[in-house]
Amino acid sequence: MNSIFDIAGQGMTAQSVRLNTVASNLANAQSAASSVDQVYRARHPLFAAVQKDAMDAQAGWSDAPDAGEEGMGVQVLGVVESQAPLERRYEPGHPLADKDGYVLYPNVNVVEEMADMISASRSFQINVEMLQSAKTMAQRLLSLGQ
Amino acid sequence: MAISFDNALGIHEQALYLRSRRAEVLANNLANADTPNFKARDVDFSSLLSQAGKALQQGNAASEPRRTNSRHLGLDAAGDGQLLYRVPNQPAVDGNTVEEHAEMARFAKNGQDFEASLYFLNSKFRGLQTAIRGEI
Repeated sequence: MNSIFDIAGQGMTAQSVRLNTVASNLANAQSAASSVDQVYRARHPLFAAVQKDAMDAQAGWSDAPDAGEEGMGVQVLGVVESQAPLERRYEPGHPLADKDGYVLYPNVNVVEEMADMISASRSFQINVEMLQSAKTMAQRLLSLGQ
Repeated sequence: MAISFDNALGIHEQALYLRSRRAEVLANNLANADTPNFKARDVDFSSLLSQAGKALQQGNAASEPRRTNSRHLGLDAAGDGQLLYRVPNQPAVDGNTVEEHAEMARFAKNGQDFEASLYFLNSKFRGLQTAIRGEI
């Protein structure tokens, strides 16, 4: 049952990385740039389930009955930049405008990011609740036979 | 020793263990609620419990193959082969089959069942203590 704490911890870490990217995306939603290389692109984390190697698990805890489980927890493989097309706005008065009067804006979809934010914070909440239930279970188990 | 814990505690010890294992599986599902292509898993609790009950009746040592090397793969009751895949009510576009609300409900139910098993175990222990003291 101890692995629930690890799983919930990993879940919370993953969700906070996601919240972090959302915050970064929203903060930079209006960061204009004059060239394609410099403009900010929306970032998204890549989640994957942690697969435990059965052989390693067995070797580490030789006779533990719960060794070699199929998967335990979630991990963030990395943060990828969105390939969505950048936004080109015609703003000739803008100091960063190119010679045609266009300014490049990031490909951040604010609506999508807000929805993502709500989803991430809900998932975080679920992980916290899971941790609390596991804690209650562990505490009750410790008081067994008293 | 006259008191055998296996006989005295009965199935509840196995039930408690299976409950805690199931809690791990459900926790894993919940943690991966946003992982693309993750398939929710669960165990068939009643079949595992009846299996454990049979093993208890036949004697633990006889029914479970023993591992002679730490790198052998186990065949234990709650091992890999017993983990099943959940059929989702509403499949998601990203291939994830975790339904958070349903998993959360199952997790809560499993926690309550864990409490119930604990309660039974506690009663067994109280019974043993009463027997040892010889009081009424």
